[in-house]
Amino acid sequence: MPQPIVSLQEVRRSYKMGDVVVEALRGLSLDIAAGEYVAIMGPSGCGKSTLLNLLGCLDRPTSGHYLLGGTDISSLDDDELSDIRGRRLGFIFQSYNLIQQLNILENIEVPLFYQGRSEEEARAIAIGLAKRVGLERRLDHKPFELSGGQQQRVAIARALASDPLVILADEATGNLDSTSGREILALFDELNQAGKTLIMVTHDASVGERAQRVVRLSDGQLESDTRRSA
Amino acid sequence: MTAHLQSLFSSRLKRSIRLGLRSLWLHRLRSLLTMLGIVFGVCSVIAMLAIGEGASFEAQEQIKNLGSQNIILRSVKPPEDQKVSNNQNNFTLDYGLKYEDISRIQATIPGVTTIVPARVMREYVWNITLRVDAEVVGTVSWYPAMRNHRVASGRFFTETDQLAAENVCALGAEMAQRLFPMEEPLGKTVRIGEQYYRVIGVMEPLTKAKTDDTGQSSTQQAVDRMFIPLETAKRRYGEVLFKRRSGSFERERVALHEVTVKVEDPEQVVAVSLAVKDLMERNHKKKDYDVVVPLELLRQKEKTKRIFNIVLGSIAAISLLVGGIGIMNIMLANVTERTREIGIRRALGAKRKDIVTQFLIEAVLLSGAGGALGVMLGVAIPFVVSSVAGMKTIITPLSPIAAFTISALVGVIFGLYPALRAAKMDPVEALRHE
Repeated sequence: MPQPIVSLQEVRRSYKMGDVVVEALRGLSLDIAAGEYVAIMGPSGCGKSTLLNLLGCLDRPTSGHYLLGGTDISSLDDDELSDIRGRRLGFIFQSYNLIQQLNILENIEVPLFYQGRSEEEARAIAIGLAKRVGLERRLDHKPFELSGGQQQRVAIARALASDPLVILADEATGNLDSTSGREILALFDELNQAGKTLIMVTHDASVGERAQRVVRLSDGQLESDTRRSA
Repeated sequence: MTAHLQSLFSSRLKRSIRLGLRSLWLHRLRSLLTMLGIVFGVCSVIAMLAIGEGASFEAQEQIKNLGSQNIILRSVKPPEDQKVSNNQNNFTLDYGLKYEDISRIQATIPGVTTIVPARVMREYVWNITLRVDAEVVGTVSWYPAMRNHRVASGRFFTETDQLAAENVCALGAEMAQRLFPMEEPLGKTVRIGEQYYRVIGVMEPLTKAKTDDTGQSSTQQAVDRMFIPLETAKRRYGEVLFKRRSGSFERERVALHEVTVKVEDPEQVVAVSLAVKDLMERNHKKKDYDVVVPLELLRQKEKTKRIFNIVLGSIAAISLLVGGIGIMNIMLANVTERTREIGIRRALGAKRKDIVTQFLIEAVLLSGAGGALGVMLGVAIPFVVSSVAGMKTIITPLSPIAAFTISALVGVIFGLYPALRAAKMDPVEALRHE
């Protein structure tokens, strides 16, 4: 087994809600290798979102360790976490989360600017990615002028912009009709075949089936971890 | 390496500014309304400052014409005698400055260099059929030097003219123009009563006293002065002056109407003026004189101007405060509205300081644009005021620069809190925000 790219060790995350302490994750350990396509599934309230926030470095574990590409996230400060998010992670959200006042090209460029890339460099990368997701003819459109599927493809292009180690998708097809959903999933397959590591949170079993490995959570703990033999 | 970083920084800044402009443009009306507070504050301060500066410049110019090292004594008809003179026609009024006053001042007060006595008579001055109502001033040859009132052409009369009591005169600029509209006045003669005077000089125009406290003299011109040797004045007019007024007739005996005392050391002017006042008080039973100290007037003017500036400064501060609060209000609304965007940007790698910069730049753009607009209006208004109301206005270069800088600073100060609030948001919470 190669060195895992994502490694969770006895991760716990608890929230204080008034006087009650809610434990969303209770000692979860999980390794994901480079190039894997993982679906995280489970009923609502099982800790999926918490896990995704942790994996996305938007949040830090209460205890335990999270190593992303060998770096222990729990010891980093806010600026370093931002940097990791920008350089090593790509996010794809259920509601696309494009910035409304920017056009397609500018939306794809956003993460590149936070890394300090130059204007020309960012432009070139963004055009390349827009082509890759099949939107090269809509570069100067605003997000609201596009269909949901198209918007999600912009979001995918944006997630790819910084050439991340891991792409995190949160119910990426949840807001889409079945045709667009299939197109997005096909794009995911394509990305995975090109060697990208994909972690996808979903509660849709048919979506989960596309992944090579399905991790099921229940009540903040690992319920099952099944690999589909290729 | 540094150059590279610098170019990177400036391109980042440029991009942030472009982004800021765009999001302000997205809410054009809101941005404009927010800016108005700053616009009016800045514009009113610059305009008021320019008008105030203009007014005080004129006043100071006027006072300077009197000479800052001078003390001016004037004969004043005592008020209680005025009543008497109206009732009794054959009564000769005897009041005012005497020749003894001059010798007393010269003898007892140190620091006095020169004294200029003057008799002032109100007369009609004629050139054939052209007539000017003027003050005929009988004085000494060093009057122009003392009063900073120079001769424009020809010459002033000399000691020789004085001793010979020549009928020569120097005309004020305005009356020269009115008496000799088409010809050169030098060498011509003017007539007062039955006396003819040869014009030997024309004075420079005085800076016009445009508005006095009553605010009505912009139409009524300051009376022109014609200068003749004091000796000549004494011989032609004697001590007693006859005044014919509508129906009544009065005689008054005034030796000197005006005495200008020059003090050697500018520092001593106030001290000497006190001494002069004291001396005059002891020798005149009635208050039939008036002591004017231009320097004191100047100081008073400066003091009023300082107060005016303080008042103006507070108005400016208050309006900028109000404008700043408006900006803060809008920026807070802006931050709340764009919580989701903040979350997205944070997820895509924006550091806290990137978010702070973004919102701070927006606030500064708002206040800076407001400041720039205010400066433009504030510079334009004095021009309109000068051309419409004929008031002199002076825009000191410092005031627009300072106003603009301060308004930009207001953006930083009042934009900081909303920006920090935006940056402090938890990315997870921000992304969840609807």
